[in-house]
Amino acid sequence: MKQFLAFVKKEFFHIWRDKRTLFILLGMPITQIIIFGFALTNEVKNTKMAILDFSKDASSSQLIQKMSISKYFDPTTVLLNYQEVEPLFKKGKVKMVLVIPQHFANDLQHGNQAHVQLICDGSDPNVANTLSTYATAIIKDFQNTLVKEQKLPYRIETDIRMMYNPELKGAYSFVPGVMALILMLTSAMMTSIAIVKEKEMGTMEIILVSPLKPFGVVIAKAVPYMLLSMVNVATILLLSVFVLDVPIRGSLLLLLSEGLLFTITSLALGLLISSITDSQQVAMLISLLGLFLPTTVFSGYMFPIENMPLPLQIISNIVPAKWFYFIVKTIMIKGLGFSYIWKETLILVGMTVVLFGISIKKFKTRLS
Amino acid sequence: MSVLKYLLQKEFRQIFRDPSILRIIFVMPALQLIVIPMAADYEVRNINLAIADHDHSVYTQQMVQKIKSSGYFKLVNYSSTFQESVTSIESDRADIVLEIPAKFEQNIVREDHASIFIAVNAVNGMKANLGAAYLQNIIQNFNNQIRTKWIQFPPIPPQTNINVSVSNWFNPMMSYKYFMVPAVLATLLTLLGTFLTALNIVREKEIGTIEQINVTPIKKYHFILGKLIPFWVLGLVVLTIGFLIMRFGYQIHPVGNMLIVYLFASIYLLSILGLGLLISTYADTQQQAMLISFFLLMIFIMLGGLFTPIDSMPSWVQKLTWLNPVSYFIDVVRMVVLKGSGLADIKNHIYVIIGFAIFLNSWAVWNYKKTN
Amino acid sequence: MLKEKVIIAERLTKSFGDFIAVDHISFEVEKGEIFGFLGANGAGKTTAMRMLCGLSTPSSGKAFVAGFDLFQEAEKIKKNIGYMSQKFSLYEDLTIRENIQFYGGIYGLSKKQIQDKTSYLVEHLHLQHYQNNLVKSLPLGWKQKLAFSVAIVHDPAIVFLDEPTGGVDPVTRREFWELIYDASERGITIFVTTHYMDEAEYCNRVSIMVDGRIEALDTPKELKKTYDSASMDEVFLKLARKAVRGE
Repeated sequence: MKQFLAFVKKEFFHIWRDKRTLFILLGMPITQIIIFGFALTNEVKNTKMAILDFSKDASSSQLIQKMSISKYFDPTTVLLNYQEVEPLFKKGKVKMVLVIPQHFANDLQHGNQAHVQLICDGSDPNVANTLSTYATAIIKDFQNTLVKEQKLPYRIETDIRMMYNPELKGAYSFVPGVMALILMLTSAMMTSIAIVKEKEMGTMEIILVSPLKPFGVVIAKAVPYMLLSMVNVATILLLSVFVLDVPIRGSLLLLLSEGLLFTITSLALGLLISSITDSQQVAMLISLLGLFLPTTVFSGYMFPIENMPLPLQIISNIVPAKWFYFIVKTIMIKGLGFSYIWKETLILVGMTVVLFGISIKKFKTRLS
Repeated sequence: MSVLKYLLQKEFRQIFRDPSILRIIFVMPALQLIVIPMAADYEVRNINLAIADHDHSVYTQQMVQKIKSSGYFKLVNYSSTFQESVTSIESDRADIVLEIPAKFEQNIVREDHASIFIAVNAVNGMKANLGAAYLQNIIQNFNNQIRTKWIQFPPIPPQTNINVSVSNWFNPMMSYKYFMVPAVLATLLTLLGTFLTALNIVREKEIGTIEQINVTPIKKYHFILGKLIPFWVLGLVVLTIGFLIMRFGYQIHPVGNMLIVYLFASIYLLSILGLGLLISTYADTQQQAMLISFFLLMIFIMLGGLFTPIDSMPSWVQKLTWLNPVSYFIDVVRMVVLKGSGLADIKNHIYVIIGFAIFLNSWAVWNYKKTN
Repeated sequence: MLKEKVIIAERLTKSFGDFIAVDHISFEVEKGEIFGFLGANGAGKTTAMRMLCGLSTPSSGKAFVAGFDLFQEAEKIKKNIGYMSQKFSLYEDLTIRENIQFYGGIYGLSKKQIQDKTSYLVEHLHLQHYQNNLVKSLPLGWKQKLAFSVAIVHDPAIVFLDEPTGGVDPVTRREFWELIYDASERGITIFVTTHYMDEAEYCNRVSIMVDGRIEALDTPKELKKTYDSASMDEVFLKLARKAVRGE
């Protein structure tokens, strides 16, 4: 035990002395949270749009006015003819054009029917969809102001309640994702690199002949990174609660325990990686491919899993981050207890055991 | 210049002899390019809906039928109790719960209005918003259907109606892949370029081969060019592979002239390789080089418009985008491939990226001079 | 006959802040000499050698290497020296031929010259079967011999060797020194640091650095007489004991 602690202490020194690495490892969660919390969103506002108004009468002006004051749109350009539309899109200057045909006011007053056209830049279909949806809503709203009768017969009224996230904050969905990502990084990647570095430098032999069993050596390497991971979890939680107003509705203890479990799972992954290569460069690149890509894409926090083609959905099941993401969401945002996540927890435990098993076997075969 | 020739010969030999590097240069981008766009889709579909129907009338049947046939929703639970529906939200089996009260049909006809209740799992804010909007839309349509049955509308509609027609240009099938593939390609190139350059040079530092170079007549600029050129060439090769996948794998036919993209990419590569060079002057170990690269690139990429549009970012962040080379590249690739933008359209982008290339490389070279 | 001086050092100094690693050393090395540069770890010999190679700028003093001024004409010096360190010399992931081709090309040899040198080296070192193998597959002793030969592929005026024979058996070391003698006979000056004292005996002259200063500089024979010692080992111990600076 004393030898083990001596090793752990040595590993701590390594990490502590490398201030640059330490700084980045501790700073990354902070940066991610800030970026996700304040910069990234799919919501649209102040979108630049152009107006092609062939009527130029009172009604068209009113409609344009309504667009301007909405927080979604910023009509900056006035066009004179259709030919101007395409070049404007090609320059990337606007995302949408509102076309109001001639006799707009006339049509409304005398025929009670008018047409307008929305031309959207479909390169980003999502944004295009959202823009046209919002624009249509504004136009319909304008339409309603012209309606004489207020109440229509045979009405269905809808009462909507948003559960768990009444303000529809994006933060609720990405904070768990960031947690998974950062834990992967600190536990898995850093540990695997630390182990492979010894192999590369040739100092592995020295360690292996020491009185401590090889597995103990490996665990000693992992311990400091595990602690760093937990520090990062704490940082993420603190930032989420105090800066982003994301609550922890469930049991903090349960959350931290699951965090610890996932850290160990990541660790097992890192071990596996370190057992298959001797080069730091390769370890890093496998980590990127084998850890980040799956964690970002398949955990479900950036893109909904149910939208993916079936084969990818199946693949997502072997990504530990997916299960962890679900667990954290359930505890943090929904405030539910263990009875709701015991299945997923069991899956994580199972994965950890399997990963450890494979790594140990690989280690043994290499040493013999 | 023959010194440079021999240096390049050695560099290329070393790169191609390293099997892991080759795998990474050729396999990794291909894999990512295939997986990410297929996985990345923000469109809201397959919303899991649970319905608690206390009415069981003809109208509710019709409404439910209409909802089901819209294609947006998947009915996962149809029951008579609200409790069951709530449980399905809690266990994440349902995203939305629709509760139809008793006497629904009766109330519409006799009392002139009825209420229904919608509860949405709003953990994913955007899905919730759009899901609720779609549902409301369908219900509105159903409402209109009912109304037209009961009321005969005269030739001139009694209420004003503005017809909105929407046309989406450049992306006829409104496929999100069209949007993602060019951006993922740009991101990959960025990652590879900076990483490989930084790691390669720092590895030489770590092993000590840089010393060996220093005693020979190889000048500093030889050394730097000797590192930049191979990776620059490789970058263009990866770009080409990416374009082939895009064209033949995803069937994305570029509207604009691909040569423009190559031109821009050539300059862009210089700037991110310069970034890698710069990072290598600050890192002592490969581990540091990797972490610093990853940290910086992650910020650039996230803020570069890959996953979320730059227009949605708060204005102070948008201003930061001006300093982000990745955003220019993503922009250019998307504009040329999807919209057919020409040289004139992107000339600002070109000026900026030239600026970056000069700035980053100069800083890196200056740093090198300092450390010996 | 006045022999040409290939290294002239005058009060060469290198300090790092307050710490004076190399303290105003002055010495000369003649053409074709095998000059041993000895000293305990921390005595400053590696720092001194790095200055002469152009790897580090002196804080003060003057030096001429291969007839060129260390401060003004450093680039010209590099064309005329060779270097081999224990840490590294050859690229492990290139073949023997490719290494020779690279270094030959760097130093401005023509294709024909490179070709000739390659054949000569390969034969001389009996590496015919291995010439297209990666260097990393060679045993350490052969690597060292090869590294030395490559270091002088361009027939430089001087070759600097930094503890070149670490980690090999005495027989291989002996063979390595045969190569050094060969080179010396061809007129190449050898500047070698080592802490194998038996190798010190092989040198024409030896200097011993202690605490940044040259405490002794003479032929091995004279040194043994001056310090009343039977071997260079003893000489070294006697001098090193005076040292204040440890490892």
